[in-house]
Amino acid sequence: MASHNESILREPLITGKDITYARITNEVLLPVENKPNKAWWIGFIVSALGALLWVGAVSYTFYYGIGTWGLNKTVGWAWDITGFVWWVGIGHAGTLISAVLLLFRQNWRNSINRSAEAMTIFAVICAATYVVSHMGRPWLAYWPLPLPNQFGSLWVNFNSPLVWDVFAISTYFSVSLLFWYTGLLPDIATIRDRATGLKRRIYSILSFGWTGSVKTWQRFEAVSLILAGVSTPLVLSVHTIVSMDFATSVIPGWHTTIFPPYFVAGAIFSGFAMVQTLLLIARKVLGLENYITMFHIESMNKIIVLTGSIVGVAYLTELFIAWYSGVEYEQYAFLNRISGPYWWAYWCMMTCNVITPQLFWFKKIRTSIPISWVLSIIVNIGMWFERFVIIVTSLHRDYIPSSWAMFYPTWVDISIFVGSIGLFFTLFLLFIRVLPSVAMAEVKLLVKTSSEQSKKKLLDAGVIKPEEAEYYKESLTKFDSVDQADYAKI
Amino acid sequence: MGAHHHTYNFSEQYEFSGKAKTYSLIAIVIGIAAIAFGFLTGHAERTFANLLLMSYYFTCICAAGLFFIAVQFVAQAGWSAGLIRIPQAFAKVLPIASIILVVVVAAGLFSHNLYHHWNHEGITDPTSPNYDALIAGKAGYLNVPFFLTRLVFFLALYCIFAVLLPKLSNNEDLEGGLNSYKKSIKYSAIFLVIFGFTTPIWAFDVIMSLEAHWFSTMFGWYNFAAMWVTGLATIAITVILLKKSGYLGWINENHLHDLGKFVFAFSIFWTYVWFAQFLLIYYANIPEETVYFYKRFEPEYLPWFWVNIVVNFVAPLLILMTRDAKRKTNMLLFVCIVIICGHWLDYYMMIMPGTVESHRGFGIIEVGTFLGFVGLFTFFMLNALSKAALAPKNHPFLQESVHHHI
Repeated sequence: MASHNESILREPLITGKDITYARITNEVLLPVENKPNKAWWIGFIVSALGALLWVGAVSYTFYYGIGTWGLNKTVGWAWDITGFVWWVGIGHAGTLISAVLLLFRQNWRNSINRSAEAMTIFAVICAATYVVSHMGRPWLAYWPLPLPNQFGSLWVNFNSPLVWDVFAISTYFSVSLLFWYTGLLPDIATIRDRATGLKRRIYSILSFGWTGSVKTWQRFEAVSLILAGVSTPLVLSVHTIVSMDFATSVIPGWHTTIFPPYFVAGAIFSGFAMVQTLLLIARKVLGLENYITMFHIESMNKIIVLTGSIVGVAYLTELFIAWYSGVEYEQYAFLNRISGPYWWAYWCMMTCNVITPQLFWFKKIRTSIPISWVLSIIVNIGMWFERFVIIVTSLHRDYIPSSWAMFYPTWVDISIFVGSIGLFFTLFLLFIRVLPSVAMAEVKLLVKTSSEQSKKKLLDAGVIKPEEAEYYKESLTKFDSVDQADYAKI
Repeated sequence: MGAHHHTYNFSEQYEFSGKAKTYSLIAIVIGIAAIAFGFLTGHAERTFANLLLMSYYFTCICAAGLFFIAVQFVAQAGWSAGLIRIPQAFAKVLPIASIILVVVVAAGLFSHNLYHHWNHEGITDPTSPNYDALIAGKAGYLNVPFFLTRLVFFLALYCIFAVLLPKLSNNEDLEGGLNSYKKSIKYSAIFLVIFGFTTPIWAFDVIMSLEAHWFSTMFGWYNFAAMWVTGLATIAITVILLKKSGYLGWINENHLHDLGKFVFAFSIFWTYVWFAQFLLIYYANIPEETVYFYKRFEPEYLPWFWVNIVVNFVAPLLILMTRDAKRKTNMLLFVCIVIICGHWLDYYMMIMPGTVESHRGFGIIEVGTFLGFVGLFTFFMLNALSKAALAPKNHPFLQESVHHHI
């Protein structure tokens, strides 16, 4: 794409008339350079209260211990690990958008990569808080690291997937942060150049002396590509290892070989849903409709239906093989999921993750903003239930019927989960105030070849085959940011 | 970009004659001779195992061609438009490959040379000495009529699209316009859904049920990974050889680079799936699962077990790592041939321990059957290729493909 030979069939990635580089800068930096509006304050206060709840609940846990959670001797792992996996999964879309779509030369990533990467970082932070809080003794949080120690020959258990997870997630976090920050450099420099006083000093330091010379850009592109190459296997490895936290065990319902790719697909699925949830609101509130267009929304919905279906194949495969295996424990685990006391959780998961996303096969639905938003929330709910189902239904009825139990969350469990959502949104809302939520420099690359105005020029010049022009005009009708009257007369 | 203005003859057609035709026919004759040799020397079971291996491999490559076309349409890929006729030719052979696979599977079933692990007299009868409780539990699924119905039904579904999509492309050549393009996107999406939901079952049936006690949820995707990477490698080989014969002037190192990246990436994906399946079974160490690898750790198979990983992972990883390697015709050709041979070994490791067990062999039957099917594929594929122009001249993304530059 983005070549001078780009087909007119490709929908515009930037809409609007008279889009100039300056206008892009002005529009994207609007929230960074001006005082926040009421909507932001309301959102921020609500989120900050949520974050406060999190601080309270986690402090309570640290003070009294994890006995304050609803865990019992049968279900020794429940909302804590559910929340952890849910957040790590959500974090996956950022790297997928920035790295994998970069490798596939999908230029539509340019307007969504920044906020998706930010979301990744905040989601991984939320996940990390779960790791630390469910250690119970956070002051010993360095124990999973293989540090030389004075405990004799006591080392971390390298055979444990939980230790692999420590490496995977910390590496993932570092590389994601690096990737995100590298991409931010030219944009931070733009803010620096427009700011004055203390603000200029701060952004000057943050911009690492970005000059915008040809050499700087060359290095920028080289490093982006290398980081994309590094983070692609990394992002796959992270959820692979998360899945191994369960799949290496011998617990029926946990130990199944499809888990690694199935978890990765589910992570991308939930990540895209969260990006959709955030961006559908952000584009409206921040006035970014020309950059985050209907094409972006529809493309993300297509990825949601694809990954949702992959997850669906995995669910059905698990179910079928549980029966086919002839292993009665395995068969019972799945029968119990479907029709046991947690049947509602299983069917909630099935409905939200496999059935409702299939609505995205209809163009009307995937180009409707309110429905897309609602469905993205449903996916978020479904993916939380997926982890809950895997974890709790496999544990609550173990090999000894006398120890069968149910899990009931306490107010602490609930507060930590709700609070982590508050923490996430607090960080996200702060981010859109201090850093550009759209990668300005990368979006500017598309103005000459992939914008509505550049395509309109071709239409006006009459160099396009009539049926292709018709196809293109037809595709524009779904865009809420295109002035349809412009195309009536062509 | 766009500085070079060549005029290409997009109506250029491949002429199937000369060496390509002669050699593919010779290979088919060698194959028939080897199969006859196998049966006449009393190696019926081993010959059947080889026939299953190669007819499955053959069908998978053709199906991968169809999958490739469908993915290009759904993803609105532009770079591949100029070479789309090659995977289309693969798809056109799918009906022939499917018939051969069905015949081999049915003949193997009824002659008790294949699938006797579950298709054995009295195996589901509690009073019989052959009774096997595990197999009896699966009999609702693993029984001859249902098994064959599934196989025929799935392959027939794929074949409908294998006929439909090349036909739409042909209509586009004749009529121009965007109707064929729009329809192709729609049918591709439908095909991908059907294919996505049924290929795991296809792999469970044709390959996994050879050792009917064993099960692995990953097995379907593991087979898909092998199918996809070998399909990509075969597309790359065909493109390179056609270029070497002076065709496809509009395809250059940029397109090869992209094919090379796909081959590289999906070799790693195959390894990922292989490793995940192996590690989880090894780690949990549950007897009903480890039995599969236990057999492959017997001295007859163990060296080849490791060679499989080296050839299919380490070789493409190290050789195709750099940009230059993917853009050098001969280097890419070499790696793709290695992958084709490597995945023959991969399928060999999936099939032989469950069929001929410790009496495995590598000789005239194996090499001959392989060559025979290579000849069969080459003959039918090139024949299909020669029936249409080498470029889809009215494809809306053809100009993007011609000017593809990375």
